[in-house]
Amino acid sequence: MVRLARDGRSIPDPTPVTAPFFEAALDGRLVLQTCSRDGPFFYPRGRCPHCWGADWRWTDASGRGTIYSFTIDRLGHDPAQKDLAPFVIAIVTLEEGPRAVAQIVDCPFEEVRTGMPVEAVFDIFQPADGGEPVPVLRFRPRA
Amino acid sequence: MGRRAAAIVGLTEWKPQRRWDEPMFGLDALARLGAELVEDSGLDKSDIDGFAIVGVPEAPVLAPSAVAEHLGMRSRFNERVDLGGATPAGMVWRAAAAIEMGVCQAVLVLCPAIPPPPQGREGSQGREGPKGRDGPKTSSRPIYMGGDAWGSPQAQFEVPAGLVGATPSYAMIARLYMDTYGLDEETLAKIAVESRYNAQANPDAIFHGRPITLQEVMASPMIADPLKLLEVVMPCFGGGAVLVASAELARRGRHRPALISGFGEEMTHRSLTSMPDLLDSPISGAAARAFEMAGATPSAMDTAQIYDCYTITVLRSLEDAGFCRRGEGGAFVREHDFRYDGDFPLNTNGGQLGFGQAGIAGGLTHVIEAVRQIQGRAGGRQLRRCDRAFVNGNGGMMSEQVSLVLEGA
Repeated sequence: MVRLARDGRSIPDPTPVTAPFFEAALDGRLVLQTCSRDGPFFYPRGRCPHCWGADWRWTDASGRGTIYSFTIDRLGHDPAQKDLAPFVIAIVTLEEGPRAVAQIVDCPFEEVRTGMPVEAVFDIFQPADGGEPVPVLRFRPRA
Repeated sequence: MGRRAAAIVGLTEWKPQRRWDEPMFGLDALARLGAELVEDSGLDKSDIDGFAIVGVPEAPVLAPSAVAEHLGMRSRFNERVDLGGATPAGMVWRAAAAIEMGVCQAVLVLCPAIPPPPQGREGSQGREGPKGRDGPKTSSRPIYMGGDAWGSPQAQFEVPAGLVGATPSYAMIARLYMDTYGLDEETLAKIAVESRYNAQANPDAIFHGRPITLQEVMASPMIADPLKLLEVVMPCFGGGAVLVASAELARRGRHRPALISGFGEEMTHRSLTSMPDLLDSPISGAAARAFEMAGATPSAMDTAQIYDCYTITVLRSLEDAGFCRRGEGGAFVREHDFRYDGDFPLNTNGGQLGFGQAGIAGGLTHVIEAVRQIQGRAGGRQLRRCDRAFVNGNGGMMSEQVSLVLEGA
């Protein structure tokens, strides 16, 4: 079951493993797990995907990245975001190396390009279940 | 010289339909497919000692034993396969490998794609969780493909971004391809036009009687830039099955055996975000091993039947399977004629773009068409000569990849 915000859109439902990511995001900070052996990885998980080890720690990322690819979702394929379409979905390569997917905000559709420099921002939503506010990752253009 | 231990000896395929009016339980659908395979192949029910299934609505767990029971089998190979669109091709090689090992001698590959039986409480439209003061708190829909499970990376990091369903993901592959190699949208549209052309020679195709032009594809509504409506498969109901048997049994069959000469399977990711390189799919490994096992090369194939959920899937699959080099797919599409009477007959039954995508049977239609061509049963679209066919099954976001090389005995 996808968790919904009060406005009906889908939002994350943090787990014990991913909670630190969302807690930092509430402060506006993008954090990544960094393995002592293999470096940073994303999305958050209990074990490093390279060495399967648990010797990782949360580290601050710069929040900067570039658009790897993107699309304009004209239909809103997520039933919980249909009314919000059209919107731009992009896979962003972070400066630290890992990739993340997010919507692009503060930018006209026709100006979005592959390779475009972007920076992370978080939109905060109130869950319909009455829980704590939940941040959702976005990217916007940077100079 | 590839493997010669197992062959596809029989097939059946239900005409795809937008609506399915005949109520049928899943277990009965499997029995009907089995009966049709016995009829088509000329083998006996008693020859069959294995099956591969996706799942059974009436038996969410312990499904294989429910099938053995319902079909009255004492079965030695009881496989449930979970590879999305690559499932049918994955079933075929698993059956061939088990037969070569002597585990069993004839395996039903069963892919019904019908709606759940009536009066079921579990609707196919998904459901909403308990309502709070501000409306429902949770939602579950088929389009999440299980990515709405608690703790799933998709639920936490993909769905909130809007990356849901397959179309936006394939659109991002197309976008990166265009920006990297300068591909134009007309080249992709040509794939849809030629698939529809092939569907005109297939009375069972959902788009039989409805050819399209390049202009119509280009003018169809944008779904997820740069992919347009007529570059996207039409979901429908239907189903199909094939019978894989030992080469020895195959000689007793009614048709020319289509030997499973080579196969390969590979995967690296579920979500597009975690795909190591959007322009290099696991097909490259799966196809290379399939060709190596078959002792064949792409140029030795008489036809290619390639999973075509979208036009871009065909172009990228051709590159990764080795029919052309990476970055040359656009030129390859422009320079070759994919029609059944063209120089590179591809998806000769219309592919899923022209035939329709009947759920899990969508991936099977490529296997079935390859076998029809090898067996000389392709009717008005029959190739003059077809001894070898390449088949690719693709699941998820170019995630699960299974390649087959089939060879007429």
